[in-house]
Amino acid sequence: MPRRLLRDGEVVADDWRYLSEVQGPDGGPLILTIDQWLSDRERWIADNGRLGVILAPAHKVELLARDLARFALIGAEFPGPSDGRGYTQGRLLRERWKFTGELRATGYVRRDQLFFLARCGFNSFELPDSEIESASTALATFSAGYQPSNDAGLAVKLRHR
Amino acid sequence: MYRYDVIDKTLVTERVAQFRDQTRRHLAGELSEDEFRHLRLRNGLYIQRHAPMLRVAIPYGLLSSAQLRTLAAIARRYDRGYGHFTTRQNIQYNWPKLPEVPDILAELAAVEMHAIQTSGNCIRNITSDHLAGVTPDELEDPRPWCEIIRQWAALHPEFSYLPRKFKIAVTGSARDRAASLVHDVGVHIVRNTEGELGFEILAGGGLGRTPIIGQVVREFLPRAHLLSYLEAVLRVYNREGRRDNLNKARIKILVRSLGLEEFRRRVESEWELIKDGGLRVAEADVARMRSFFNPPAYRSLHESQPAAGRDTAFRAWYRYNTSEHKVPGYRVVYVSLKRADVAPGDATDAQMELIAELADRYSFGEVRVAHTQNLLFADVEQENTFELWRALDGAGLATPNIGTLTDIICCPGLDFCSLANAGSIEVAKLINERFDDYDYVYDLGELDVKMSGCMNACGHHHVGNIGILGVDKGGEEWYQITIGGSAGADASLGTVIGPSVAKADVPETIARLLDVYVERRHPDERFLDTMRRLGVKPFKERAYAAPAAA
Repeated sequence: MPRRLLRDGEVVADDWRYLSEVQGPDGGPLILTIDQWLSDRERWIADNGRLGVILAPAHKVELLARDLARFALIGAEFPGPSDGRGYTQGRLLRERWKFTGELRATGYVRRDQLFFLARCGFNSFELPDSEIESASTALATFSAGYQPSNDAGLAVKLRHR
Repeated sequence: MYRYDVIDKTLVTERVAQFRDQTRRHLAGELSEDEFRHLRLRNGLYIQRHAPMLRVAIPYGLLSSAQLRTLAAIARRYDRGYGHFTTRQNIQYNWPKLPEVPDILAELAAVEMHAIQTSGNCIRNITSDHLAGVTPDELEDPRPWCEIIRQWAALHPEFSYLPRKFKIAVTGSARDRAASLVHDVGVHIVRNTEGELGFEILAGGGLGRTPIIGQVVREFLPRAHLLSYLEAVLRVYNREGRRDNLNKARIKILVRSLGLEEFRRRVESEWELIKDGGLRVAEADVARMRSFFNPPAYRSLHESQPAAGRDTAFRAWYRYNTSEHKVPGYRVVYVSLKRADVAPGDATDAQMELIAELADRYSFGEVRVAHTQNLLFADVEQENTFELWRALDGAGLATPNIGTLTDIICCPGLDFCSLANAGSIEVAKLINERFDDYDYVYDLGELDVKMSGCMNACGHHHVGNIGILGVDKGGEEWYQITIGGSAGADASLGTVIGPSVAKADVPETIARLLDVYVERRHPDERFLDTMRRLGVKPFKERAYAAPAAA
């Protein structure tokens, strides 16, 4: 059964595979770890397939700066409920590096994190099966936010009060 | 004071709904204890020794009488009839029941209060000078800036899962009454050589296991950039702060390991990239925020001498429990929560209601919380102080000891906190019993005693002129004593005088330290200054001299 995820507010079947889940590149969209990308960068570029890459919390997004246009998906891995580095990765990718592809949260992702993740630019979420159907409501937990952010529609600037 | 608009109201109401749902899922077994822990902490809810403990934010220490009445009603209805005011201008309830916490939060939301980010690894309650707006020594009222920071920090999507907790204090006066040098970030309103007001930004201060005094990261920040600069500091911290060791995760360790120069370089280069973005604070926004903190309608009065000809008890109270106000004919009046037989910082529901009523009658309906765990009325007509004193005295709220030895700052300690090694409340009581002679206490002058029940230093013992730390020695409670700490603009960390002492010996040891002071002080010299002049040696020798302490 294909993995399901929440993308742009809808539960969908994942059309991406992690490299570890396939026998070898089969022409379909593939998600690499950053090590898989960096160690074989020239070959991946030559293959010219549809690629995604996952950052671990310690990775600086600047690592991907020169290659950003080669990725249709960038993911941030959340190792547990307390590591918040991925939120900064998301904002920097969207706001500073203007990444417009799929920004995916993977690892420990629960409905209670979705609102902040979405405000940081994430639009797809690998959630546990037990939460996936009910999670989209969490995207509407708050109807405003104080901080200007990439989701400009939510930003409340003091002067607009 | 600041009043919520429709957006603020909506956000706190939605927060209550979110937490109600999280609590329901936890009680239904859908969220494990560990998963729920991360969520409840962000709403100020700890599971403590006896029961959950709920910490409610009092932003920069300012309360309306209506809010204080609600705090009293919560104490009566959901707790055991009292609350504990903390060193960070919060109030804690020690006995709420978990299923009722969402209802408590709803009652708070109804009076524009919340428990958002009062614990957990996020930006905590913004604290400030309890004399903001009324003290003659202030450059500018810091509270509008506190509220601007509060809103930026509230539900911040990027900085809600930091390496560790993050505390910000803001002051507008050269006399630091907010302990800003021992905060993760201190914001000081300053004037540059061109005469413009802006901010000096400090970072890396903190107490706990590794006490460090904050260092200046930027000497002058133009006011429009306050939020972008804080965002840059937080972003560097969120990316670079250690997450492998809880005891090394505060920003002070990052500043120390990078070195101030390199830390500053990283903050400044991040800030360069964001300083002209959406966080720029427009002057119109500042003006609008400032309008919430306009001075109340003071009457045109002359200075008076309300203590003249009154009895000794009132004169002592007036001298110690009131202080200067910038408007003629007015006085700041402290409500001492340091009665000998009560845990420091505790107030009952009835006391809170009385204080609310007195605020309405005498101080424009506002009350403040000082980080020294006392309350105060900021704007009392001098001519009304006698009546006010009588009302406070009748409720046990006029102990004339503000700023003296028995005005002890103290954490809840072993009796309530699951982290503590030792009972701090009982030691405070022993000290009060030993030093019950007011003439002696007054003769000692300004003296600041701070006590923590464990290394986490919630009682700020490192920066007490005399600091007391509860330690565990083979299952017994012992107390380590430091001297020479200060939380003011001349902040310093105390020096340990020697081996820890048994609980019963704490008052005697303090008495010996004070004997050295009394014998060797210069005229008008504070304990802190005598100690700094003489060094720790004579104090140490006396403290441990034979005969052994009783």
